[in-house]
Parts: sequence; C-alpha cells; structure tokens
Amino acid sequence: MIPRHLIIAVAALGIMASGMSLYVWRMRGTVAQTAAITPNTQPVAPPAAGPTEQVTLYVAYDDGGMLRSRPARIPLPSGRQERAEELLRALVAIYLGKPSPHVLGAGSEIRGVYLADPGLAVIDLNAAFANGHRSGVLVEELTLASLVATLAANIPAIARVKILVDGKERDSLAGHVDLTAFYDVSRVDQLVTQLTIEP
Amino acid sequence: MSYSLRPSLVLLRFIALASVLVFSSSSPPKQLSVYSKAANYSVAVVERNNTDYLGLLELLEPLGTVGVQVNGDRWKFRYKDVEADFVGGRMRVRVAGSDLDLPAAFVLENNRGLVPISGLGVLLPRILGGPITLNLTGRRLFLGDVAIHFTAVAIKTAPPKLVMNFGSPVNPMIATEPGKLEMMFTHDAVVAPGSQTLTFDSKAIPSATFEESNGMAKLLVTTTVPAMANFSNDGRTITITAVAPPAPPASVPPSLPTAALTAPPPAVASSEARVSASATAHVFVVIDPAHGGDESGAALTDQLPEKNVTLAFARRLRTLFDLRGLSAWLARDGDLTLSPDQRAAMSNASGAALYISVHATSEGNGVRLYTALMPSGGQNQGWFLDWETAQSSFEGLSQTAAASVATGLESKRVPVRSLSAPLRPLNNLVMAAFAIEIGPESRDVSQLSSPEYQLRLGEAVVSGVADISDQLEAHRK
Repeated sequence: MIPRHLIIAVAALGIMASGMSLYVWRMRGTVAQTAAITPNTQPVAPPAAGPTEQVTLYVAYDDGGMLRSRPARIPLPSGRQERAEELLRALVAIYLGKPSPHVLGAGSEIRGVYLADPGLAVIDLNAAFANGHRSGVLVEELTLASLVATLAANIPAIARVKILVDGKERDSLAGHVDLTAFYDVSRVDQLVTQLTIEP
Repeated sequence: MSYSLRPSLVLLRFIALASVLVFSSSSPPKQLSVYSKAANYSVAVVERNNTDYLGLLELLEPLGTVGVQVNGDRWKFRYKDVEADFVGGRMRVRVAGSDLDLPAAFVLENNRGLVPISGLGVLLPRILGGPITLNLTGRRLFLGDVAIHFTAVAIKTAPPKLVMNFGSPVNPMIATEPGKLEMMFTHDAVVAPGSQTLTFDSKAIPSATFEESNGMAKLLVTTTVPAMANFSNDGRTITITAVAPPAPPASVPPSLPTAALTAPPPAVASSEARVSASATAHVFVVIDPAHGGDESGAALTDQLPEKNVTLAFARRLRTLFDLRGLSAWLARDGDLTLSPDQRAAMSNASGAALYISVHATSEGNGVRLYTALMPSGGQNQGWFLDWETAQSSFEGLSQTAAASVATGLESKRVPVRSLSAPLRPLNNLVMAAFAIEIGPESRDVSQLSSPEYQLRLGEAVVSGVADISDQLEAHRK
C-alpha cells in the first residue's frame, strides 16, 4: 500500500504540472499574436516643423570617396533625442535626393536615435537602409562616419555610438563595416580626418 | 490493489523516462544520410522492436511531390505517380501494382509511416524507378550515380605532401591532432577507395583509413609530424602538407608571453579548415581572401562576385610570397564560408608575423589599404587579451606594414590611399594586420580579373612587405 501522503504529493505535482502547461500554452498564444502584427513601415515621426537652426552635416561624397562638412539650416525640435533624429533624417534626405552625393537604397530611413546614459547614442536604421546599401569597405565606412560625425558635431556629450538595424544587432552594414561594436567618437573623428583629406 | 499500485507505476515510469532522456543525450542521434542529384540530406532513424526504422515521408519529401492518405491501419503513400499501400504491422507492401515483402513489419505511429532501413534496398528502386546503393552499416544511401571517388598520392617533395583528388568538389570538416588529421564528410557522397586502409611510401604521412558510420564518412590520415590541409581546384583537391615541428620555446622572445584571447571558441562550421597552432608555426604571412561560400561580398559585375576576385588575387600573392622565400598560407583556399571569428582564430593560431585581408571593389580607382579602427572599450585581464581590441598593441606595426606596402604600390604607379576601417577581423588579430581593397585603375572592372594587373599589384605588395620583413619577424608572437 502506498502511503497516503505520497499519493497526495503526486496528485499535487500533477495539478501543478497541468497548471504550468496551461500557462505556457496561453503565453505561446500571446507570442504568436505579437509576431503576427504587421510591421509598421511608415516613418516613425512626422517631419519637424518650426524655426530652423544652423547645423553642421558631414556629407559623404562617392566621387573621390570623401567626407565634407556642410552647414545647413533645418527645423529642429527642442528635445535632445528628437533633435538627433531630425539631424540624421536631414542627412539621409540629402542622400536620397537627386542628384545624390552618396546613393542609398530606396526606402532608407532612420527609425530612431536613442540617447542612453552616459554619452551613448544608439542609431536605429531600418532594414531597407542596410539591405539596400552598396557593398564595399569605403562606401560603407563613409556612411558610418557620416552618421556618427554629424551626430557628434551637433549633439553635445556623445562619446560612443552603436548602430542597430530594425532594433537588432547586425554583423555588418553590407558585408564589410562591422556593426557589432560600439564606436568611440574620438576614434571615428580620426577616421573623419582621414576621409576629409583629398586622396 | 490496482488503485494503490498506479502512483508507484507513474513514479517508476517518470524515473525511467528521465533516465533515458539524460543518458540518451550523451550519444549522437542515429541518422541516415541520403545523397542524390537533387539534394544531400539526413533523416532521423528511430528504433522499434530492436530494428532501425525511418519515416518514408521524411525520406522522400526532399526529392519530389509526396502525399499520404490514412484509413485505419492502411497507409496509402504516393511519390510523384507511384502509389504504395502499407498496412500497420504487416510486412507485405503493394507498390505500383505488385507485392513485395519488407524484412520487418511496417509501423504506423500517429499517422506517420515507418519502414525498416534494411527494407529500403527492395522498396526504393520500385518507388524511385532507379538504382540505389545502401550502406547499412554506415547508414548511407546513394540514389543514382552520385558517389564521389577519390585518389590519394604521396609526393616526396620538401615538405612531403599527400594530394587527394576527388571526382566532385568536397567540403569536409577538418581537424588536426598530434599524429593525425581527420576529415569528416557530412554532406559529401565520398565513398571508400579499393581498400579501407591506404598506405603511402612516406615517413611523414604513412597511411590513411576510411570509415563510415552514422551517415558520415571519415578519412583519418596518420602523420608523424604536424600537418595542414589546403583546398584547391575549386574544392576538388585537398593537399595535406607535412610541416616542420614548431620551434623550441627558447626561440620565443621573453618579452612576448604567449597571450590567450578571451574570445569564446568560435563554432566550427562544416566548411572550416581547422588548423592547429603547431601546424602552421613556420608561416610568415596569412593571406585571407575575404567572403566566400554563402557570402559573396560585393557584386562587382552581374557575373563577378567579390569572393572570386579576392581568392584569385590571394592565390597570386601566395605564389609571389613563396618566390620571395616568405612562406604564405591562405585562410581560405576554396569557396568556403568562414566567419570573422574563425578567420581570426585560425590566423592567431598560425603564429604568423603578418595578416593580409584581401577585398575588391568596382568603385574608385587603384588600391586602398586599411588598418583596424578599434572599437570602444576592451579590458585586458592579465595575460588574457580582450578579443575585440586584441590588435591594440600591434596598431603601430600594422600601420608601418601598410605604409611600406603603400610605398611599394606607389613605386609601381598604382594610386593608393591609406585609411583605418571598422573591418573585422582586423581588430581581433595579435600580429601586424591590414586589409587591401583592390579596385580598377579606371572604370573597367574587368581589370580586376586581369592576370597582368593582379601581378603588378601583387609584386608591389610583396615588395613592400619584404622591405620590413625583419621588423615583422622581430615582433612575431
């Protein structure tokens, strides 16, 4: 005869296992519903309006493989993070315009810029930006240097930059430039200096 | 009484099931490898009544359209236009209107039809309508004329070599240990030569044995000295080269302790040629053709991927370095997929004095040289170097090497530009390291494939490296 307390213990374990199974099944349903949501491909924020400000954009030029600083007046919101996003969107707009000094793939967008503590900026590109980017060491690093230098030149106290694609880490921009690392602005400044010298 | 026994039975079954799960995880699962003109793949093997079975649907699905109808114990299977009727628990099967007997009963489990592996020899020719070869002990199934034969010849050169030529490109996983070099063919239909054991008239590489088990073929080459493997001829030729034993520890400069890297050991892909540190200890320069395999790099033209140009130029560089008496080793000598971590791990293990990554571009003109743009952070822990910034202490030497190569290129009137770049694996290397990106002199991209242009660039690169070879050698780890 099996002792009564053992039977009770086994029964309790069985009930717990059933309860956990039900809970996991419900969670699975929740995840499936979340995954089924269609990704929003629209711009994440409307273009900023209001008074314009003088900023410095670091623009890449494929002709000569160079980076040049260019003053520009663009409308900027008051929030530091929103300003960072608008700066980079203004830069991308130059690349998507015609004629373009540094052609990006159609649909390239800045999804967002997140300023984290202390001195870290995270730039989130959309998938079209990376998937449509031309492949090559120089052409990819011109894009990276242009984004980082523009951000650092106009938003004070940014010391490090990380780049994500669609909110996720990606090995490289288009097969060459590493996107897994965090980059010191001071190091990128050295690269910017190299890229501004006429070859 | 029966009521009181049930909980104990439940407990016993639970313990037995847990034990099976725990202990079964230690051995690899059984599988049958299938080689065909359409696809090479593996199918899981299950044991029923002490007999090996597999799912017929899983076996034939990759080869063509299949369909199943279940009606009670009857399992009607269709492959293309051929119908087969099975009944659960019966050995007799009706295929395309005629009966045949399997060596063990057909098993129907949850609408899944399992057939004994030993019955595939009679069943599949009827269903597929063609010859098959079944190796039961090795669990390998060859559909049609797909077997890859090979020859192995020992060559008495200095150093001695074993050259193996395969009927089709192969992509084995290679591992070296003292006294042996092992090649595992997981997805290649390589079959045994005339004899399972091959002997060679070579003291360095005396023999090789061929084994087949659990869906894989293994070629074990016995060596008396360290050896390394190189691919050529688009993966049809593997050359095993015996190399000199590593230099005694006393030759290592005392100021340069053997540093270990804090990176996790990179996963070994099936396409990776893994080489032990001792196997390439004499190598002066590692030449790494960027991209390869699944990763083509830039499309230089519609027909010309970057990976092809990088490999061709890397091979030319190797020849030119050899002619200069500077031993060179290719990190990739075939169309292999290698991650940056794998490239760095192999190169660091080689103990070489210099690493050159080769890239190609259709944009700009001339050549660009890149040294590492180091990422943020990186804390070395005593003798352990941070993986992401392992190159830190070699930055100066790398820039010197790149500058010397730039001088060599300028002397050949090749436009050259020196930059830094966040380009892996440059930052993970513990030696002088730079990348070279070759571009055409004008807009003519076809120049990248031109032997004359590659030779001109290659001679300039080798000349620049040779000029500072003593300096590089002095810093070798």
